[in-house]
Amino acid sequence: MPAQAAAVRAASKVLAASTVTADHSGLSPHLQRLEDEAIHILREVVAEFANPVMLYSVGKDSSVMLHLARKAFFPAPPPFPFLHIATGWDFRALLDHRDRMAAEYELKLLVHGNEEAARNGVTPFETETGEYSRLMLTEPLKAALDLHGFDAAFGGGRRDEEKARAKERIFSHRNAGHVWDPRNQRPELWHLFNTRLAPGDTMRVFPLSNWTELDIWNYIQAEAIPIVPLYLGAERWVVERDGALIAVDDERMRFLPGEKTVQRHVRFRTLGCWPLTGAVASRADDVAGVIAELLDSRSSERQGRLVDAAHQASMERKKREGYF
Amino acid sequence: MPDTLAPPANDALPLSLRSELRFLACGSVDDGKSSLIGRLINDATGLFEDQIKSLQDDSRRFGTTDDGIDFALLLDGLEAEREQGITIDVAYRFFSTARRAFVVADTPGHRQYTRNMATGASNAELAVLLVDARKGLLEQTRRHAAIVSLLGIRHVVLAVNKIDLVDFSEARFREISAAFETFAAPLAFHSAVAIPLSARHGDNVTQRSERTPWYTGPSLFAHLETVETDAEAAEAPLRFPVQWVNRPDADFRGFAGTVVSGRVAVGDPVVVAGSGRTTEVARIVSFNGDLQAAPAGRAVTLLLKDEIDIARGDLLTDPRQRAVVTRRFTADLVWMEDSEATAGKRFLLKIGTATVPATLTRVADNLDIDSLQRIPGTGLVLNAIGRVELETATPVAFDPYSDNRGTGAFILIDRSTLRTSAAGMIVESLDAARDVHRHAETVTPELRAQQKAQQPLVVWLTGLPGSGKSTIANIVERKLMAAGRQTMLLDGDNLRLGLNADLGFAPSARSENVRRVGEVARLMADAGLITVVALVSPFQADRTRAAALLPEGRFLEIFVDAPLEVCRDRDPKGLYKKADDGKVVGLTGRDQPYEVPQEPALVLRTTELSAEEAADRVVSLVLQRA
Repeated sequence: MPAQAAAVRAASKVLAASTVTADHSGLSPHLQRLEDEAIHILREVVAEFANPVMLYSVGKDSSVMLHLARKAFFPAPPPFPFLHIATGWDFRALLDHRDRMAAEYELKLLVHGNEEAARNGVTPFETETGEYSRLMLTEPLKAALDLHGFDAAFGGGRRDEEKARAKERIFSHRNAGHVWDPRNQRPELWHLFNTRLAPGDTMRVFPLSNWTELDIWNYIQAEAIPIVPLYLGAERWVVERDGALIAVDDERMRFLPGEKTVQRHVRFRTLGCWPLTGAVASRADDVAGVIAELLDSRSSERQGRLVDAAHQASMERKKREGYF
Repeated sequence: MPDTLAPPANDALPLSLRSELRFLACGSVDDGKSSLIGRLINDATGLFEDQIKSLQDDSRRFGTTDDGIDFALLLDGLEAEREQGITIDVAYRFFSTARRAFVVADTPGHRQYTRNMATGASNAELAVLLVDARKGLLEQTRRHAAIVSLLGIRHVVLAVNKIDLVDFSEARFREISAAFETFAAPLAFHSAVAIPLSARHGDNVTQRSERTPWYTGPSLFAHLETVETDAEAAEAPLRFPVQWVNRPDADFRGFAGTVVSGRVAVGDPVVVAGSGRTTEVARIVSFNGDLQAAPAGRAVTLLLKDEIDIARGDLLTDPRQRAVVTRRFTADLVWMEDSEATAGKRFLLKIGTATVPATLTRVADNLDIDSLQRIPGTGLVLNAIGRVELETATPVAFDPYSDNRGTGAFILIDRSTLRTSAAGMIVESLDAARDVHRHAETVTPELRAQQKAQQPLVVWLTGLPGSGKSTIANIVERKLMAAGRQTMLLDGDNLRLGLNADLGFAPSARSENVRRVGEVARLMADAGLITVVALVSPFQADRTRAAALLPEGRFLEIFVDAPLEVCRDRDPKGLYKKADDGKVVGLTGRDQPYEVPQEPALVLRTTELSAEEAADRVVSLVLQRA
């Protein structure tokens, strides 16, 4: 890759010319520790696995992971591809952002989906949400990991998101069927990660395990990380459904009797498939506003995602099936 | 109700100075541990509305409190656990105040889950030990304190919970805290603070309670927010395990890693622990620009002044305060497998960024966690803790765990199941000469070999007594010398007259005998010589260890194969006869096992070949390699 090598050379020249004298980066000790820990994890995977990949959902956590990957291997580019599982019902703004990031940072981007299920009429409107997410997210994810033979996959999961995640390891071992066995996890001591795999086994790795939602936003703010604009408040066309505000992202929206499209000043706390992702009324039009709102907030982020409301401990079930 | 529910003004203050504390909470469900953690989270940040709703649902279904919210249910995660009402794993929880962000490792109180406690403790800087004020210190509390101390946690809080249920009795609190002080005295805690509290009602959690006017110490929050725990890594000497070599093009060769302890600055001299090579830090590269220095904890990339051989697994240190480098050391092990750990078991040992094959050579004792006594033993069962001796295939660099948690900790990985079998904390090197550090030589083995115009080799002949090793070895050396090679012969019997005169024939003495011959052979090879060894060396592990001292392909293991009956008939030294007469004990083949080489470079069947023919085969193999 001559273009890459040239970029690296240019970067190291610039560096040599502009030595910074600071002993600290301007991050709080807390965020600095989280950053250092995540970089350590990213490097450990690259050093110990043959064929890693980073799951890139284009969400805020993925954006932080991408930024950390650029930092961890600097001046080299991230030495692994980025995998996006696209359902076909992704927000247009998310796909635009994904393609812009891939071009700007010269990422090796892989996009996979379940076209067969889509042809067979699986849609977020007709298919039960648990089954929909299995068919459109979990299955294509497993298929893509198998197809490329990835032995380690980075995910942006955080332990603060949900109870089942609180006990997940940073290095989460999966057997040949991508199955997670919560009763048979390897103990994880110090930062000495056991990266050994039997043939066919894989590892899911969560560098952001110890971050909270607030940490993510504070870090995005401190490091000026680009994010999909849907996270910020703006006037958007939505319908009200079951107490949630569903955005009308394209002409495929199915309206229920009596539903009307209205314009509201809203933002999204998570970005799933647009018909399944509720917006919240918000005037947080920039990252600082989002942080202020979060500090004042009384509802945790996954509430906006209808997928999870389906069942108690639904996350644990999905994880056993191979979801991130 | 005391006014303890007002959350501290959190998060609204500038976050730029906020630090982080990772702590472990130990105790059982009965002590109110989960309730306390739930209380901390609640009081620090307020529960999110939907979490409260789900909590209310759960409380109705599984709750153990008869009214209101069961804070404990906040913490359990997996379905089966929740239904059992028992936490069976480590769960991590997060909350923060203006001063600090907290990560809580919530670990179970049951004895059989020592492994989970060790896991939680390994990344914690402080431990909160829960006791029920009505019950006082239990065996379990003592156990937890001992494990926490062993894992290197130097700061503990004794949370004397349910103080409301003993009528806020000062006498009861004093009694418990005095008992704890006595017990904890030998455990080397830097700070141990006892706090009377009620997780249920919030007394002394965020503020001092009016109901314990006799208590003048800090509230739990006030203590957790201010206790200083990070000085040790900062004050220890520089340790930088090389994690990944960053080589994007020919012009850039960076060593990526995390500063485990101390501080690294541009211009600092550093030494590679394993090789003894020294150089200087030329640049500290980071994404945001070069740094002049980096403190403990920072993940950076170092550029060094000289181009010396450094790879993942190497440890860079301050040359004036070096790490220990050895293959043999003692350690405390927390055993995590169902099958018992016994001497002879082989593992992969991961320490820092290095992973090396290792053998458990001895189990010395078991730590009785209740009495803190060490009881002699030969094995470790699941969840046992004990002192062991380990030997690695190649030297590892470390510090004793009590000096440096970052460089003294290791894990053992089972070579077949690939499970993490044990957590280890190094005590000390088994080498008698502990303050000796490898000095990088100016004239290297490569230069010596070049001067002699040959590739040094160790030709290791192993086999039963009387199989023909010495005879063949002598002919081999003569022929090599005739071919113009520079050689040396190490004969086992001759060495036992001098270097090994102090050793007998018990299996441990045999191992030591082989270890010494292996080391001498390595020195001879380093001198550039083709070294022929004739030694019974009955155990494969010993031969493998000798081979590991040399670079790949420089050690030829040759099996001199003759059936026991033939050796007995030949009996050139009269050993079998003496053994039969009871004058010699422990003869290999007769009294002690001989382990046939697994993958020898050559097998010489001396029932089929003459000594000359056998020697010719060895010589032709040597000349191909040398």
